[in-house]
This record gives sequence, structure tokens and C-alpha cells, in this order.
Amino acid sequence: MNTIWALAGVVIKEMYRRKDFYVLFVLTALITIAAGMVNFFDDPKIVRYVKDICMLLIWISALLIAIVTTARQIPAERESRTIFPLLAKPVTRGQFILGKFFGCWLATGIALLVFYVFFAIITGSREQYWPWLTYLQAIWLQWAMLAVVIALSLCGSIISAAPSSTTTICFIAVAGILLFGGHLNMVALHQSQPLQTIFYTIYFLIPHLEWFDIRDRVIYDWGLVNWLDCVLATLYAAAYTGLFLLLTWLGFRRKSLNT
Amino acid sequence: MKASPYLVLAFVLMVCFTLATGIEPRASTWSNRTKSNNVFSMLFGDGRRLFANQFFTMADVYFHSGYYPSIFDLREEGTKEIVAATHGQAENEEQEKKEDFLGKPKDWIDRFGRHFHITEHTHLEHGNEREILPWLRLAADMDPQKIETYTVGSFFMRMHLNQPREAEAFLREGLRNNPNSYEILFELGQLYDENDHDTGRARDVWQLALHKWSKDPEAVKDNKLFFEEITVHLAQLEREAGNWQQAINWFQAAQKVSPDPNALQQRIDEIKKKMAAQPSPTNSQPH
Repeated sequence: MNTIWALAGVVIKEMYRRKDFYVLFVLTALITIAAGMVNFFDDPKIVRYVKDICMLLIWISALLIAIVTTARQIPAERESRTIFPLLAKPVTRGQFILGKFFGCWLATGIALLVFYVFFAIITGSREQYWPWLTYLQAIWLQWAMLAVVIALSLCGSIISAAPSSTTTICFIAVAGILLFGGHLNMVALHQSQPLQTIFYTIYFLIPHLEWFDIRDRVIYDWGLVNWLDCVLATLYAAAYTGLFLLLTWLGFRRKSLNT
Repeated sequence: MKASPYLVLAFVLMVCFTLATGIEPRASTWSNRTKSNNVFSMLFGDGRRLFANQFFTMADVYFHSGYYPSIFDLREEGTKEIVAATHGQAENEEQEKKEDFLGKPKDWIDRFGRHFHITEHTHLEHGNEREILPWLRLAADMDPQKIETYTVGSFFMRMHLNQPREAEAFLREGLRNNPNSYEILFELGQLYDENDHDTGRARDVWQLALHKWSKDPEAVKDNKLFFEEITVHLAQLEREAGNWQQAINWFQAAQKVSPDPNALQQRIDEIKKKMAAQPSPTNSQPH
């Protein structure tokens, strides 16, 4: 276990040494503050559009950080050949995969926490209302979803050698699931065979990441999701994360490490 | 002969400057974009109108606190509820059911997913209507010719947010961009009548709205309900002012296009009863 945490620690250090997070955070902060300063009909109580913009930016930034950070982990180790001394420690390939996963997941979690603190300060200062439990649920569900995304990116990074292609494919896949995943059953209903079966198969196979997006509940003050549903969703995310990590390990354990 | 690179650079700069001074006055006439004081107009030109509808829809999404059909949900495209609300159309149970675009869950994924999303049909209230205003402001900036933006914005500001002056300014802006809009004039008349209780101004503005309506052949042909709406309002205004004969005349004008002329006849009869009980000296005809 110590080996896994040591590997994860390196990934976290890497995140705060790189500029990705800072650039995205500053951009999010600037756009949100600029949007918040706009005066609409002299009404200072208008706040939901600021929440909407800020939440959207947080989601985009978190996805970018998670996918970009993860996609370059294994290719970078192979490129710089640091993977050889690392695996000779001895560190098993399974530990290596888990270390990288937990590192990326924790690093993304820290970034997410900073983003949400900023969100809470900005919106709370405007509407004088801090629904901390709703924020906690939103952050937890988003983080659980990011675990699936990170495992998927890790899996993609052992198939594709170039981080750029892994990043692009993962981003398209995740955005596709978030936007259309929940509607595939409706689309399938209007198709003829065999397209209907194909759409239904995809619908039941993909991880339904859109469940974890409770931005609307935060923006429109709809209150808490049932905690049991949160637990079930977390288990669902854990199952898909485990599946992708298993696939990554199966692909990685016999992979030649020479570039 | 070998020219110095500095000389060449100076020559090129001079040519650029000369061309710029010659072309700039002409270039400013090629497009109105740079003259505009609207940032969206400057950035997108006329293409900004494409976004206006989207922003107007966003106002409706906010009005429903996020409970809104996506492009995948089957729902008849009708009048947006923020527009319907401005015409005083409250939803009944039947309409609410129609708005339940989600229907029954189709499978376990759909059923479980609904625990995380908004599945309840509500409308903003208690002053929270203000949240739709940014989207209406953006829609007006994107497409200044979209009349509904001004009338809807004004309705919510004056009726729900107690901001009649902001509503009037918004309507006046709409009127500057659409000088022949009888809908904006009608809404302006409502503001003067219901919020300011300024009967004279309301009467003048409504009569102007009626005049603009009559000058628009398309409206005369297709929007007869507007004629009814405005004449009924004028009739009510005259009735409140005690000008009973004028009120009767306006109600009779409304009867010609009304889907329910009997209801209007009842109102006329009520006024006639009052007139019989206490004869009024006013007998002038509507304009």
C-alpha cells in the first residue's frame, strides 16, 4: 500500500508544479468575476446565471485536469524511461497502475476542492446563503464521476502512445456520454433494427456519467439528493472504475515498455 | 544598388500609413459593425440574432428552475410559458400534465437517473423571477427586433419585481429599436395603467398601439386577438374613468373579433344598467 501512496504522491506533486491547474483556475475565476460584475436592471440579487457559468467552468476545468493529467502519466514514464527503474524497485505493474490512478484522482480532488471553495465564496457573498451539504454532495458526485473518467483515460493511455490522442478521444467520449448518454434510449426507440439494438446495447454498456451532474440542483436551489442514492451512485462509479482499471492492468501487464 | 533594410522598412511603413489614411474613411462605410455600441453586434454582426432565441429559451428554462425538455424529449412546440404568463394565462391541471415531458421511466437507468435531476414542474415566484432577467437582457442585445423579449421582461419587472421604472426603460429601449411595435406600446400602456395609475397616458399609448396595429396589414389579418385585447383594456379604462358610453363603444368594437362576444355583451349590459341608474354626460365616440 505504501508503494501505491508513494506513486500517488509523485503525481500530486507533479500537478502543483505544472501550470495547467493554475491557468484553468485563474480563467474560471476571471470569467466568473467578470460575469458577476455585470449589472442587469440594477438588481444586485440576481445570482443564478453566475452560478451557472461558474459551475460549467468548474466542470470543464475538472474534466480537462483529470483527462490531461492522466493521459500523460504512462507515456511520459515510458518516454523518459523512468518506468524501468520504477518497476525494478520492485513495484508491480498493478501497483504502478493503482498508484497512478490514486495520484490523479486525489490531485483532481484537491483541484475540485479549490474550485468549489471559490464557487461557494463568490455565490455565497452575493446571495448570503451557503448550502454546504448540497455543495458536499455536488463535489462528491463529481469526484466519483471523475474516478471513472480517470480510469478510462488510464486505460486509453496504454492503448494509444500519444497523450494528445488519448486526451482527445477521452474528452469526446466523456462529453458525448454527458450530453447524450441519458437520451440514447429515446433515440433507440425511433430507430429500426439493427440500429435499435446497437443503440440500446451502447445505452446499457456505457457508464452513465450524467447521473453525477447535479449542477441544476445547485444552481436552482433544489436541495439535497437522497443520501442512499448518492451511495448507490458511488458504488456504480466504483464498479466502472474497477472495470476500467482491470482492463488497464490486463493490457499493461504484458505490454512491452520500449518506446 | 543595395538598399538599407531600415530604409525598406521605413518605406513599407510609409506606404502602410498612406494606404490606411486613404482607405479608413471608406472602410468605415462598408459595415455598421464597428459603429455599434453593442459588444455583441461588434463581435458577431447580424449573426448574433441566431443566439437570441437560445437566450430567450434560457429565460424559460430558468423560469421553470431547470425542468425543461431537451431536444430529445417529445413535446409540442408551443408558446413559451414566460410569454403565456404575460398574457395572464395560468396553467390548469391538463396543461401541467402535457408539460410532463418525462413520462414514466423507460428502464432502471432512466428511473435511477431521475433521482439526481429535476423532475418537478414549477415556476419561479416570490421575487425569484429576477433570475430570468439576465437572459432577456442578452436576448435583447442579440436581437433588438425580438419584441417578446421586451414585453416579457417588462411584465416580470413591473408585476413581480416592483421595478416599474426599469420596465419602462426596457420598453422604451424596445420602442426605439421597433418604433412600429403595437405590442410594446400595449405593454407600456399596461404599465401606465396598472402600475402608475396614469389613465391619461395609458389611454394615449393604447390608442397609439391601436393605430399602429391598424397600419400593419399582417397584424390586421392574423392578430385579431390583439385588437380584442387592446379594445377590452380601453373599455375597462373608460369604465373605471366613468366614461360609460365610450366603454360601451370599445366593448362593442371588441365583440366583432372576440371568440366569446356574449361575455362582452354581459359587461355592456352591466354598464347600461349603471347608466340607467345614474345617467352619464360622456357620450363621445372612440377614435
